[in-house]
Amino acid sequence: MSNLKTLDHAAAAEIFIKDEARTDWHDDTLWFVRQKRDKAVNGIAEWEQLREWASQIKNHTLSNLDNYLTAFEKQAEANGIKIHWAADALEHNQLMHKILKAHNISRIVKSKSMLTEECHLNDYLKKQGIEVVDTDLGERIVQLRDEAPSHIVLPAIHLKKQDVSETFHEHLHTEEGNNDPQYLTEAARQHLRDHFIQSELAITGVNFAIAETGGFVVCTNEGNADMGAHTAKIHVACMGIEKIIPKAEHLGVFLRLLARSATGQPITTYSSHFQKPRPGQEMHIIIVDNGRTKQLGRADFRNSLKCIRCAACFNTCPVYRRSGGHSYHTAVAGPIGSILNPNLDMKANADLPFASTLCGSCSNVCPVKIDIHEQLWKWRQVIVEEGYVKPEKKIAMKGMAWIFSNPKIYRWAGKSGRWFLRTMPFLGNNKLNVWYKQREMPEAPKQSFHDWYQQNKNK
Amino acid sequence: MSSREKILATCTANKPALVDLPQLSDEHLTHYDDKIAQFKFVLESIGGKVVALENIEQVKEEIATHKQSGELVVDTVFSIDDALKTQTSFDLERVDRAYLQATLGVAENGSVWLYEAQMGNRLLPFICQHLFIVLAKATLVDNMYQAYQKLNITETGFGVFIAGPSKTADIEQSLVIGAHGARSLTVYLV
Repeated sequence: MSNLKTLDHAAAAEIFIKDEARTDWHDDTLWFVRQKRDKAVNGIAEWEQLREWASQIKNHTLSNLDNYLTAFEKQAEANGIKIHWAADALEHNQLMHKILKAHNISRIVKSKSMLTEECHLNDYLKKQGIEVVDTDLGERIVQLRDEAPSHIVLPAIHLKKQDVSETFHEHLHTEEGNNDPQYLTEAARQHLRDHFIQSELAITGVNFAIAETGGFVVCTNEGNADMGAHTAKIHVACMGIEKIIPKAEHLGVFLRLLARSATGQPITTYSSHFQKPRPGQEMHIIIVDNGRTKQLGRADFRNSLKCIRCAACFNTCPVYRRSGGHSYHTAVAGPIGSILNPNLDMKANADLPFASTLCGSCSNVCPVKIDIHEQLWKWRQVIVEEGYVKPEKKIAMKGMAWIFSNPKIYRWAGKSGRWFLRTMPFLGNNKLNVWYKQREMPEAPKQSFHDWYQQNKNK
Repeated sequence: MSSREKILATCTANKPALVDLPQLSDEHLTHYDDKIAQFKFVLESIGGKVVALENIEQVKEEIATHKQSGELVVDTVFSIDDALKTQTSFDLERVDRAYLQATLGVAENGSVWLYEAQMGNRLLPFICQHLFIVLAKATLVDNMYQAYQKLNITETGFGVFIAGPSKTADIEQSLVIGAHGARSLTVYLV
């Protein structure tokens, strides 16, 4: 990972959009995924019913989370699974390290887990001299490039096949200049098979943990979670406390929503239900808080914990599509990340709720009905209140609020603004005006609507 | 206070007032006039093959033919070899073809459910090069709601819905079949 000082979203996005052709390509590629989602969703007459159920199940679960967590723990332990609790990212990483050390493990494979990204597990273990091999193709690509995933479902969506080809040529010795995705994927299959069959410990995420049964479900298309978990002597699954659902039958709602929302598939290729370790295997679950109980206590923001990490809000977001995941400088980017991350660190992530047009498309596609754009707007108010915005933004916003709340001043400001834009456009069209970047200032009309109405209302 | 106690105590303090759990029902969900046609349509659209068979003997013959030609074939449809249970990734990674019986199929999404007992070894359906599933037509259900009504996911230590061959689109959204799991999936409907 780069040691450069983290840029805020606007500054990072400015670098991203310098390459116009690539920005357009990124925009189109994600919009293509959004369209696949629409097609899948429109094929299901009961889509809105499923969303409503999913939302209600999650609301119910959050309102009884303590009891469901203890029920899950009890049942999982009865199934022979060892349960660990981590208050924060560091404790999660320390628990993992302890398991690795106790067994003197060196060959570790990991399937996609956004929680372990959130906790920066790989970096932590690397500092202890332990190498983890990411096995999701997209994650392996970005790992070889020493980058972070830019999208929670499509980790390497910011890269073109030429980039992947160069990376694989360097690390896996594939033919130089062979950009064929089929060829490159086959190379990764062979490379990672070696790691799978020799793996001693497999780390996976958890999509759903069922309180009633003490088991958990992991969804992948590639089969990488299963290749690792069923080979290794030890399986460690990492989950946030919000992954709990009450009953197995609720999977019949969530599995219908997840893949359709994520990639437009009717269901992921593999929906694996882990109930007990296989004979001779050790199975652990690390249950992680890392700010989630705090978010549970924020009435305006708690329903962000309903998120099932489908990334539909990423793919539809006009700002995400044209600024790229790395601009969000956090493990979970996009609109949902912009309401989760200020809870973890308000100061460091104060820019994120502003990386939105508040158009509301994110809330419309959300399969569990999180009011994402409304929470973005609410976070802005909290962040301004707490004093975490840049002074120029604060002054501009305060000035605008004053103008908008005084009709006479508003009319005078409009009149003088129009006069300035007509007679001295250079006052608006210059680099000091941040609104002028990538925009032409509008041509000002001679008359405001208010004046026109006053003149014409009696005609 | 341990982290466990701290997390649970904060949950208790911060959780909102209890809201009801919705009652799910099959009433509002789509049912298909022809479940076989729907299952076939969806599974083929996600890269799987569906073959209707007159009788199961055809599968037996196919297995025999491929075994004779020197391929490593594992069959758990007709008999499960006890040794399979303890085989490791080093043994199983050489398997060319695996034949497994599924419990049920789901018309809505083209998936089939397998219990661990039907796999013989948890790793087998994933590590084999080509996967063949035998499914009784009569077991097809309309949707996932019905599937979970019929299944008992606690019956064995592991179970899985499989829908098509392993795939990825992680390189520029180009679909590639055969990521880490089976390169092909064929469902024999009997």
